[in-house]
Amino acid sequence: MSQSLQLKGRLPAGKLAMVAGVAALAFGLATAHADEITGAGSTWVYPLVVKWAAAYQQKTGIQVNYQGIGSGGGIAQIDAGTVAFGASDMPLTPKYLHKHGLIQFPTAIAGEDLVMNIPGIRPGEMILSGPVVAKIYLHEITKWNDPRIQALNPGLKLPNLDIAVVHRSDGSGTTFTFTNYLSKVSPQWKHKIGANTVVAWPTGLGGKGNQGVAAYVQRIRGAIGYVEYAYILENHMTYARMYNREHRLVSPSLAGFQAAASHVDFTKAHDFYVILTDQPGPTTWPISGCTWQILRTNAPKASNEKVVKFFRWGFEHGQSMARSIAFGPLPPPTVNAIKAYWKKNLGI
Amino acid sequence: MEKPQLLSRLARLWDPLFKGTTAVLAYLVLALLVAICVALLHEGSQAFRTFGWHFLVSKAWDPANNRFGALIPIYGTLISSLIAIVIAVPVSFGIALFITELAPRWLRQPVSAAIELLAAIPSIIFGMWGLFTFAPWFSNYEPWISDHLGSIPGIGALFRGPPFGIGMMTAGIILAIMIIPFIASIMREVFLLTPPMLRESAYGVGATTWEVVRNVVLPYTRTAVAGGIFLGLGRALGETMAVTFVIGNAHSVSASLLNPGYSIAAALANEFTEAFSPLYKSSLIALGFILFIITFVILVLAKLLLLRLERAQGEST
Repeated sequence: MSQSLQLKGRLPAGKLAMVAGVAALAFGLATAHADEITGAGSTWVYPLVVKWAAAYQQKTGIQVNYQGIGSGGGIAQIDAGTVAFGASDMPLTPKYLHKHGLIQFPTAIAGEDLVMNIPGIRPGEMILSGPVVAKIYLHEITKWNDPRIQALNPGLKLPNLDIAVVHRSDGSGTTFTFTNYLSKVSPQWKHKIGANTVVAWPTGLGGKGNQGVAAYVQRIRGAIGYVEYAYILENHMTYARMYNREHRLVSPSLAGFQAAASHVDFTKAHDFYVILTDQPGPTTWPISGCTWQILRTNAPKASNEKVVKFFRWGFEHGQSMARSIAFGPLPPPTVNAIKAYWKKNLGI
Repeated sequence: MEKPQLLSRLARLWDPLFKGTTAVLAYLVLALLVAICVALLHEGSQAFRTFGWHFLVSKAWDPANNRFGALIPIYGTLISSLIAIVIAVPVSFGIALFITELAPRWLRQPVSAAIELLAAIPSIIFGMWGLFTFAPWFSNYEPWISDHLGSIPGIGALFRGPPFGIGMMTAGIILAIMIIPFIASIMREVFLLTPPMLRESAYGVGATTWEVVRNVVLPYTRTAVAGGIFLGLGRALGETMAVTFVIGNAHSVSASLLNPGYSIAAALANEFTEAFSPLYKSSLIALGFILFIITFVILVLAKLLLLRLERAQGEST
């Protein structure tokens, strides 16, 4: 008995050492590649980073390994220093960046829209306004033939159908942009719910990721949800037209997102902290957004240099690639401001 | 002269060494279990300290304002598993009964094999099938359920709701399909263990098939049958991906089983990677701890029940 007790004390130590050895080996292999950049975060910017990465690898041989784990995850990973860059669709406040030793710069402009599944209604036929959308998501409007929806759509015959509200179940920059917009157009939303990557939804079903929301909306009769524009194009979903801040009726489009960005001066904002929802302008799309890359100021200079080189290449050579998948390029003055920002904060 | 002595000394050493190694491996499992429990409690302690007992009874889940409560996921986990058990137990019983007592001999092997294959399907396949195929189909029948069962006084409220096809009921049905193979194959195996002499004697005195199963097979196998049911329940409680697809992922309570809900495992799967504040993460880990405790309590209850059944059986024979 005493012998077995002794053994019990000894063996685990040996095992631990072995496990540690294997782990160290695996870790060593993972970090040994000099020609690799790792990043993680926003699922929305994933298609763009991957497209740029493929072209960049062909040209330079440097591999960019990006994982779309969500904006919240991207912020957590760069905070922990496990990746070279994080990506988020929600900008971090200058105060937060300063406290955590981070910097951020915008990458591309995009937008999102409401999609729905109502028998007989085709893409672009439904017209909505911000306040009505807020009331739907607050569970005040519960039927599609509600007079407040009907008033916006005098030409449509709306059915007596329950509205199935769909939102994101995971933390998401898409949700931040959407709830930020609702907070701007509905005081009640701002007071009761607010804007964040996850909020306390008063009603509805939660889908995981843009794909999850799209899948729910396509399969549930009477559903409404919000997804990135790229997913609407890809899945040929029934989207809505919206009244913007100047009460003009607009369709979602790259031009509309860029019009929203044109009313914001990225170059003047501290750490590029800008929000593109509910901007003025006759052609502006009201639910526009942007995506940011986040770097650590105290990361090894070689690592930051590799990241900066990749995105500089993207800004200079990847803009038509971006446009081809409905990502709006940043205007040249903004790109110049980003380059100055790199020089100032990273010395690169 | 020397060689046999060395060999025998080696042999003497070999036995305790073998015993020690196997003991270490067995204790390692226990240590791991305790370590997981302690780690969950430690990481979740911030949530428990911040909210106290209210964490268990609060309906709040508001990451933006750092207010968290576990009631809705706990409720969803228990109710969806309960629905699954209510559906799966009679169906599994029927399957096992058919295979062991009624089916022609040539059919038994293929049906048993099919059930075991069902158990090997990854849970995400059930989730996708549930979302893409079952939910849209089921939503056509929900208005009927709502109209007919919804008007029954008392339990009617359970069945009134908008026909989304996604919610607690769908999750329960999908879970039932997933745990049927487990329960059915255990039932089948133990039914076969009933001594043929007992069965044949019962048939000999003129008992019907139902009477044989009711009075001979079931009493003989009830501990194992109960064990199988609890194994299925354990699986249902912790099932993640399939439930995430169809339960609706909504932090809201509703009397209706047709409305969307949430389960602990689904909440973890959805929100863990994106938990941005320490309290948020701690609350999710605290949810994991609660799931651990629920599963543990149910297993202990099952063990106690089995012990009691065994004792009762010992007394009666």
